[in-house]
Amino acid sequence: MDIVDQGVGRLFTDPDADKAREFFRQKSRKQEKKLMTVKEAVEKFVHDGDYLAIGGFGANRIPTAVCHEIVRQGRKNMAFAGHTSTHDFQILSAGKVFNKLDIAYIIGLEARGLSPNARKYMESGEVEVTEWTNYCMSARIKAAAMGVSFVPIRNIMGTDTFKYSGAKKIVCPYTGQYYVLMPALYPDVSAIHVHEADIYGNCRIRGITISDLDLARATKRLIITAERIIPPDEIRKDPTQTVIPFYLVDAVCEVPYGSYPGNMPYEYFSDEEHLREWMKVEREPETFQEFLDKNIYSCRDHFEYIRQNGGMEKMWQLRHKELMILNNH
Amino acid sequence: MADYNTMELMICVAARELEDGASVGVGTGAPCAAAMLAQKTRSPNLLIMFEAGGVAPILPEMPISVGDSRTFWRAVMASGMCEIMETCCRGMVDYTFLGGAQIDMYGNLNSTRIGGEHQKPKIRLPGSGGANDFASLCWRMMVITPQDNRRFVEKTDYITTPGWLEGGDSRSKSGLPLGAGPYKIITNMAVLDFEPESKRMRIISVNPGYSEKDVQDNCGFELLRASKIVETHPPTDKELKVLREEVDPYRYIIGR
Repeated sequence: MDIVDQGVGRLFTDPDADKAREFFRQKSRKQEKKLMTVKEAVEKFVHDGDYLAIGGFGANRIPTAVCHEIVRQGRKNMAFAGHTSTHDFQILSAGKVFNKLDIAYIIGLEARGLSPNARKYMESGEVEVTEWTNYCMSARIKAAAMGVSFVPIRNIMGTDTFKYSGAKKIVCPYTGQYYVLMPALYPDVSAIHVHEADIYGNCRIRGITISDLDLARATKRLIITAERIIPPDEIRKDPTQTVIPFYLVDAVCEVPYGSYPGNMPYEYFSDEEHLREWMKVEREPETFQEFLDKNIYSCRDHFEYIRQNGGMEKMWQLRHKELMILNNH
Repeated sequence: MADYNTMELMICVAARELEDGASVGVGTGAPCAAAMLAQKTRSPNLLIMFEAGGVAPILPEMPISVGDSRTFWRAVMASGMCEIMETCCRGMVDYTFLGGAQIDMYGNLNSTRIGGEHQKPKIRLPGSGGANDFASLCWRMMVITPQDNRRFVEKTDYITTPGWLEGGDSRSKSGLPLGAGPYKIITNMAVLDFEPESKRMRIISVNPGYSEKDVQDNCGFELLRASKIVETHPPTDKELKVLREEVDPYRYIIGR
């Protein structure tokens, strides 16, 4: 296959499918209890220098507790998948946990505006970046989930996004048309928040899945946080609902309201007030430090973070908002 | 004729481009408002898709994120990123609306950085998200944007999202799918399209209250002119009523 052009961006992971096979060959297939706290899961499975990916999209169905814990435990020099990463990116930038970054969409919180602190970090020159798009990142994760080293797609050609990516442009051996190859992305560790899981890690997700089903299959180590733990019998009663099977999972943590302040479909809407406050305090370094001390560094866990920000009453309001209970829909 | 603001005008004009039975990939903000307005007026069978996986939602209110739960409220399917982009790549998505910090005469968009170097930008912007994907793979890419010299530039600092690249047949030569590309640019002052041969931006209609000169004065490159330039139809009372009462009652977008 002829390579006619390629991007200058560095790959932060090895796309070699045989090396990945060697890893997955060793991964446990035992259906065993994996329940632990978020603190334990991060201590055990997230290391300095690892490549990290976070599930969900933007501030929707994100494993907030894991992001806070990574910052609290002071992880450094990580590589990170900025695959429409918004509030999770804001949290990880606050802790400066990564210095290598694959970018599809960062620093922005969509309609809410841009994070001043994340932007400052990205303009500091401290982070090495390789450019992609959302679909590029999804395709890279899909390639890894397929157990191959690349997949061909048809975007980014002719743009600077290609120039600064790690993609290669080739001629299709069947048709003679151009395609770009997306190198497989096998993250070292990923965290995904789901609606329900059993103690072994069989998971159910409601609503859109973004890239999470492929991500669960692509990653070497997987931390699941779940709104609630359900009995294994429930899983076996209706296997059609299982989207992530236990043998992909390394840790299962029960974290009710685990996506707060993000949106969890059919459970609770995002806390727009708190997200606005976050953007506001970022403008002033001292205020921001106090805010982080209050909400991350001095918090024992996610329960305490929620208590700091309105507790059960706030959760009840966000649940009403999500279900539009008062709107009569 | 009813009174209206610039954002309302742009949304109404954009909505008219989406015919009944078409499909559109949208983001939040003005594009989403345009798709909602089209669906509630002339195009009840408009198929709306969101890149994170929402397919054909009945949008109850303006989403904040292209992946929040509103984007698949009473939808026909809650899928994922690859499903949506593969649908675009198979040629089943007709339109998309985008924006950017800069746009050039070929409709190339920059939403990555202004100034500096790639590893140390002067101003870092969010990056492509799904914009490059939609623009590469949907048949007709449109832009909704205010018009000024800072935004409409001779050369963008970075091409995040492909327009007609360097014009002529450069886009099809690049390898991007044939026949797809930028279609219309809707600004506060005019509606622009692209001259078929050179693929350079040209004025096709001027909005009420503006002249061709205003449009050229607020553009950093020379615009071509269609053989017949008309006046853009202002929003109708019905469009404004639906937009204000049903699409964006809290004025999240039209109040900007």
